[in-house]
Amino acid sequence: MATISERPGGRLSGGILPSWAPYGVFAGSCALSAAVLAATGVFTIALMLVFGVVVACLAIYAWSRVVEGPRRALDRTVTMAIAAAFALAMIPLISLLYEVVKRGLPGLDWEFLTTDARGKIGGGGAAQALVGTLVITGVAVVISVPIGIMAAIYLTEYGTGRLRRALTFFVDVMTGIPSIVAGLFAYALFEIFLGPGIRLGVMGSLALSVLMIPIVIRSAEEVLKIVPNHLREAAFALGTPKWRTITKVVLPTAFAGLVTGVMIATARIIGETAPLLVTTGVVDTINTNPFEGRMQNLAVYAYNEYRSPGVMKQASYDRAWAAALVLIAIVMILNVLARFVYRRYKTEIR
Amino acid sequence: MFGASDTKRAEAESAAEGKAVASGSTGTTAPATTGSEGAVARRIEAREVNLYYGGFHAVENVTMTIEPNKVTALIGSSGCGKTTFLRSLNRMHELTPGASVKGEITLDGEDVYAAGVDPVRVRRMIGMVFQQPNPFPTMSIYDNVAAGLNLNASKVKKAQKDQIVERSLRGANLWEEVKDRLHKPGSGLSGGQQQRLCIARAIAVEPEVLLMDEPCSALDPVATLAVEDLIAELKSHYTIAIVTHNMQQAARASDMTAFFNLEESGKPGRLVEIGQTETIFTNPTQKATEDYVSGRFG
Amino acid sequence: MAQVDTTTNAGQVLAAASGGRRRPGDRIFSNTAVIAAVTILALLAGVAIFLIAEGLPALTHDASELPGGKTFIDYVAPLAFGTVLAAAFAAIIAVPLAVATALFITHIAPGRVAMTLGYLVDLLAAIPSIVYGLWGIFVLGPAAVPVMKWLEEHFGWFPLFEGPASTTGRTMFVAGLVLAVMILPIVSAVAREVFAHTPRKLQEGAQALGATRWEMIRMTVLPFGKSSVISGAMLGLGRALGETMAVTIILSVSGIVTFNLISQANPSTIAANIALQFPESSGLAVNTLIATGLVLFAITLVTNMVARAIIARQQGGE
Repeated sequence: MATISERPGGRLSGGILPSWAPYGVFAGSCALSAAVLAATGVFTIALMLVFGVVVACLAIYAWSRVVEGPRRALDRTVTMAIAAAFALAMIPLISLLYEVVKRGLPGLDWEFLTTDARGKIGGGGAAQALVGTLVITGVAVVISVPIGIMAAIYLTEYGTGRLRRALTFFVDVMTGIPSIVAGLFAYALFEIFLGPGIRLGVMGSLALSVLMIPIVIRSAEEVLKIVPNHLREAAFALGTPKWRTITKVVLPTAFAGLVTGVMIATARIIGETAPLLVTTGVVDTINTNPFEGRMQNLAVYAYNEYRSPGVMKQASYDRAWAAALVLIAIVMILNVLARFVYRRYKTEIR
Repeated sequence: MFGASDTKRAEAESAAEGKAVASGSTGTTAPATTGSEGAVARRIEAREVNLYYGGFHAVENVTMTIEPNKVTALIGSSGCGKTTFLRSLNRMHELTPGASVKGEITLDGEDVYAAGVDPVRVRRMIGMVFQQPNPFPTMSIYDNVAAGLNLNASKVKKAQKDQIVERSLRGANLWEEVKDRLHKPGSGLSGGQQQRLCIARAIAVEPEVLLMDEPCSALDPVATLAVEDLIAELKSHYTIAIVTHNMQQAARASDMTAFFNLEESGKPGRLVEIGQTETIFTNPTQKATEDYVSGRFG
Repeated sequence: MAQVDTTTNAGQVLAAASGGRRRPGDRIFSNTAVIAAVTILALLAGVAIFLIAEGLPALTHDASELPGGKTFIDYVAPLAFGTVLAAAFAAIIAVPLAVATALFITHIAPGRVAMTLGYLVDLLAAIPSIVYGLWGIFVLGPAAVPVMKWLEEHFGWFPLFEGPASTTGRTMFVAGLVLAVMILPIVSAVAREVFAHTPRKLQEGAQALGATRWEMIRMTVLPFGKSSVISGAMLGLGRALGETMAVTIILSVSGIVTFNLISQANPSTIAANIALQFPESSGLAVNTLIATGLVLFAITLVTNMVARAIIARQQGGE
């Protein structure tokens, strides 16, 4: 019976590639690809990187296999491929942010943010869109947060039996509602009472609420669950009624997490276009009343400037990008703020 | 130890002999000693080994030898660094982020931490069995034992693999119990069986040294005894180092004992004394050792 | 206010706390919570009811009265096809990339950097879909044109790449790529979560056998995470099925049913079709669109249910 194990002659030391090997191989491969591409006249950075990665993977496999053996070679090659995949995933992110800033910044000025488009042919600002976004989102938050948090409290503190199971199940269902379907629902609801073709700010808010509520519930549930039971029990043991335990102990402890969850949920829905497309309509003037008349918002505004550009196409496109930039900026600010709030205000639970 | 009437052990013996005949022919560097069956076991020497977790000095200045074909027990109270030291022998310590090693550890004279050494090779030659049995849940019993072999799949034919799996399971005293369900998942076994499966898996790749980190602490007394018997058989082929909390186990199962101690929490653990097990337990030279083995603390 | 009432025994305290002796505060509060729960269920029921109410006419009326003069099935089938095609293409691209990014973050990148990298991947999820749409048509589309030409040249025999390659980039190929980028963070987050929770003892078991890092990942991390990754992929698929704006903006629609990803003529998706047609529609056309919305909802519902069933099964089996 022969032994089968990999006995490297009993010696532990064998070949090992220098620690700079992966980076060196990649750099070398890129240089090689660049040279070949330039020589054949089709040089672009993208092509150089693609070929560079492919050549690097082959090269590191070959080199490692000779020096270190096939298993190590495979490990190195796979590692390099995975790193390349990660870089590939980052490219759209970088491209997106870069392009939005590059194309949106020129059109973003004070006038854009503060004047509306009424009567201004082929121009004007997006103030109505900005105001609209804030109002519609605001109303959505006002609807979603109390309902969502109370429902989360129900699930974690009170819920039992069938209602609880039904709620958990249906919240799951709700997270899967496509955004345009939520918009259609809001439209259908109002159409039955107010006739066809109705467009109102609050309809958009309702649609956004349908999308936002399950997000708020899920994140609030998670945060409430983390509050340890011994805190509740300590309060009970002192004779505190349950509802006060929740409002005075559980909620304050979970406060930072709840706020963060709401901010992140807001950031998620603030950029939603589809539900608003079918509910809030398009208008050029500032409207602050969600219950009356159409209301513009940044997302639909950007879409419209693209879809129905004015006489000067490029100017419309510029405005679309500018609105997109404002949207992204708001979303990023909300996300960063949310993280900041969480870190600053969270109660350390020991 | 090998009762002729015990068929299981006789089989293990002949299996061991088969291995011994084969391994004698690989022409490796001269092994430290050859056991009575011609097995190749190696000696581990630690010289002034210091172990760190980031800035925290966990183990201080350990110098000791783990003798081939013997069982060396590492004993001491919790947190005194025995497991940390054990894991530094097969380069598992460095897998913890921030962990580092100073000093010299050699396997038959070869520095295990030398610059050109691939830790993967070290871990092939120094096997480890853990406190919690950890068979791979998605693999069958057969595949679990063969897991180490499968890493080298290109070189092993099926018939040969079958042979090795059977040999390892017999060596771990598990063959009779699982031979009819080799292709069922490893998770269906009892705790003691799972641990013996892990031992089979470890010895299937024919390591020179076997490290065991409290292998019986998660097992019931019957399973513990089975594993201890197994260790006694294995030592004729392997060098074994075992960390244990259980002094009686150390006294029963080991040839050499090393006592580790912590002076106070926050300070690094140290090797206090190492010697023949009988001596350590009946006539230790250090007071701390005597206090520990007589149960005054720990 | 906490009362320290030494004459009350523990039983009474607990009974009071659990509502045995119902104080008004407790009752109001717990009722409010229940009302919130019921409201949500009512809301969901309302969604179903109103949509069905508004959508039904499209199913009951004659084909001649519906847009395009087709029956409802004929109307929605190509749209459903396009929806699934786009989403499937997106998932095929996104899932392997997501698994790779998750492995990179959990097992390859050094620990301090890993968290930041996770944030970066999650950032992709924060970008509004309209922005993805604009990026798709103005940036990615033109950039993809040479790629599509190349695909047509070398792989034109394969039905997916039959061509002729579009010169504007407004194709299923580009739309699918954008969708892939949109769902990548979802799948990656699920994968990261499960990969990071691979039990240490399993990973150490593989390492102690002398496995290289990739071998350890193959032996322990991937098998451990398999079902979670599958369910994450289905969640991503669900998201891609429902995505509207990116597809609306990017696709140049001709309504034909085809697997050809790189040509000018593409099927539309249900969501994009609604977005395009709704503003100008009235009467039965609106009902038809709402009915297609219901079909879309049904498709995403099934996908999400399957995803959750897979997760539940793995958790139950562990």
